[in-house]
Amino acid sequence: MSVLNAEAPDFYSSLSQNNINLLWHPSFSEASGDEFLALLEAIESDQITLDALCLEGSVMMGPQGSGRFHMLSGSGRPMFKVLQSLARKARYTIGIGSCATFGGITMSGPNPGEATGLQYEGRHKGGLLGTDWISPGQLPVINIAGCPTHPNWVIETLLQLSMQELDTEQLDSFNRPRSYTDHLVHHGCPRNEFYEYKASASQASEQGCLMEHLGCLGTQARADCNTRLWNGEGSCLRGGYACINCTAPEFEEPGHSFSVTPKIAGIPIGLPTDMPKAWFVALSSLAKAATPKRLKVNATSDHIRVSPGQHQKKDKKA
Amino acid sequence: MSMDKKSPQPTRRLLGPFNRVEGDLEVQVEVEHDRISRAWVNSPLFRGYEQILQGKDPLDALVYTPRICGICSVSQSVAAAQALAAAMNIQPLANGMLSTNLILATENLADHLTHFYLFFMPDFARDCYQDKSWFTPTVQRFKAQTGNAAAVVLPARAAFLHITGLLAGKWPHSLAIQPGGTTRPLEAQERIRLLSTIRNFRHFLQQTLFGVELEQIIELDSEQALQQLIQAHPDSDFARFIHIADDLGLSALGRASDNFMSYGAYANADSHLFKPGLFLQGQSSAFNPQQIREDLTHSWLSSAAQPKHPFQGSTIPDTDESNGYSWCKAPRLDGRVMEVGAIARQMVQGHPLIRKIVEHNGANVRSRVIARLLELALIVPQMESWARQLQPKQPFCVSAKVPAEAQGAGLVEAARGSLGHWVRIKNGHILNYQIIAPTTWNFSPRDGQDQPGALELALQDTEVGDEKQASVKIQHIIRSFDPCMVCTVH
Repeated sequence: MSVLNAEAPDFYSSLSQNNINLLWHPSFSEASGDEFLALLEAIESDQITLDALCLEGSVMMGPQGSGRFHMLSGSGRPMFKVLQSLARKARYTIGIGSCATFGGITMSGPNPGEATGLQYEGRHKGGLLGTDWISPGQLPVINIAGCPTHPNWVIETLLQLSMQELDTEQLDSFNRPRSYTDHLVHHGCPRNEFYEYKASASQASEQGCLMEHLGCLGTQARADCNTRLWNGEGSCLRGGYACINCTAPEFEEPGHSFSVTPKIAGIPIGLPTDMPKAWFVALSSLAKAATPKRLKVNATSDHIRVSPGQHQKKDKKA
Repeated sequence: MSMDKKSPQPTRRLLGPFNRVEGDLEVQVEVEHDRISRAWVNSPLFRGYEQILQGKDPLDALVYTPRICGICSVSQSVAAAQALAAAMNIQPLANGMLSTNLILATENLADHLTHFYLFFMPDFARDCYQDKSWFTPTVQRFKAQTGNAAAVVLPARAAFLHITGLLAGKWPHSLAIQPGGTTRPLEAQERIRLLSTIRNFRHFLQQTLFGVELEQIIELDSEQALQQLIQAHPDSDFARFIHIADDLGLSALGRASDNFMSYGAYANADSHLFKPGLFLQGQSSAFNPQQIREDLTHSWLSSAAQPKHPFQGSTIPDTDESNGYSWCKAPRLDGRVMEVGAIARQMVQGHPLIRKIVEHNGANVRSRVIARLLELALIVPQMESWARQLQPKQPFCVSAKVPAEAQGAGLVEAARGSLGHWVRIKNGHILNYQIIAPTTWNFSPRDGQDQPGALELALQDTEVGDEKQASVKIQHIIRSFDPCMVCTVH
């Protein structure tokens, strides 16, 4: 449903203006029941060409690999078998969201549904289609991970595919489009100044950086959420809560509470991935010592208490 | 769907998949003398959220439960936050409550709008209606994916959801709603922006959906007043629906038990905008959450001898349950099947138009849709009022510790009806977490007393003579509930 939030142009216009025919979507299409089953049959018997198979939601293999946890209504077929069959026909197969790509939130805890992703099970390659699977269009499953996905991650990737401008060079090591995973959530975070000085919020709704105490993973999370923005002007950080790294495989089991930063000897264990730890610690203690009063006060306040100072020009005519 | 024209013997037909129902749905019907004699509703997807939540940090429910669904995400957040607040024995701050109501109302109204334009109306543009006088304009306006309404509705919907960008960071799957309030305090000029976004949506509703001021819709108090309004303003989408509904006799389609329940919608410190309660056999009565039981007789779930209250409930799959035909449970209130949703909320609240039309011919395909559209008109002015009440310099959230042992329930109204979360905490972790979603009530299987669920009842007795018409009639009935199958079995 996140894709319906697309703006200028909206989702339907994006598709129609770029000659993409949405053959069937469970929420938007007219065809139901027998009409849909006939369409499925036509694709499986090569009467209709399927350019792209998009899956939302994880693949349910349970119980005991039978697939009974997710049957295709009216057909008696487990959904995973239908997906295997369609993936053989589709020129490209695309996982939309962290469930379809990596198994996601449904894999957490005991994974009661035996959920998996299309070509990954968490961080491990495999999933439903297998490690070496490649689509008839010569691409692995394209993993538009995120929980949820930004509508434009989905639409722009579909357009790239339709214009034949997407190749493996543009996918990262988890086959996610680099168009959004070459960035960090940290980029463009409005709390960056607080981060620089380690001026941290101590509880929800405060303005300071959320990394030190409140579980924020924005400095590690691969996505452009704070430069692309959501629903006009939002992002998790702008909404006042931590980034939980939802574009990453296995984000659903961080090994600690989502909104608390785990620490060893007072130092957060999840530091930026490409910065030497000793440098980070040294810089942090230096920055903390230099924190302006404005940031120290505002960090633990729910609104701006101290405004930026006015730089006084020296009067030259003395 | 295929159906024998004249069948001396009862015949059974398996129907599905149904799209535009948010998730997976399968229905089996038995047809006798051109009428549906019995129906069995199956939710064919099981994921196991309740098991996933066991042993987790209680506050992590705020991360997991919204992700049950991409369309009712905020409702799940609010129910989780309320259950935790009850367990923590705290109340959200006034600003936090107002902001929560604004975020929840945005989701609920966006869902009502999506249901009407994208899920429900496209069925009238199906070829089986091509001999109707209204067919050609309906195709132009509402045909799935190509109708011209979408070109104005999708931008209006997306612009309205900017409220969630401002107050909740994003939609769906926000962590902004907390037991003590919301994480996003507002500055004074942001409140102005919020107000102007709400007014912009009001303008769209008045221009496109209703053709009149929202207040004129709110004031409707009888079928006669409704007919007068439609005649005076025939070019609104609301009027187009009423015209089609009356021509097809949709008020005679899809009646269920007419027992209605609401947990109460849009809470403030001491009351609700729409009050909690029941409307049973023509009478208002009080709602007592202690009377809720989950009956698993016909579910593929391990069941105890007696139906249990959700605090004691469990959700353990068992495909060997020989009486099972759905992953869905059968929730009952004091043993009764309840219908939930906009129509139930407005029956309990006592809106004059809804009370009158339901008194006349019950909850049906037509009246359920009217109730939903009425809520669009009722709630937008309230949102304007809530936005004005926000105090920008005051706090929005209070923090507190989760006790090592506690329990709490969160009872809210999602777009589709009553949503409940029940959490029990032991040793600082979740011991048990049970969820009953609105469509679990409406699309439940039979219970131990063999009482069919609300949709099963609504399908019973439907005349299904002509094959094409029969198929689409069944779809009208199903979609009139605005089901969310993803939430149903979570």
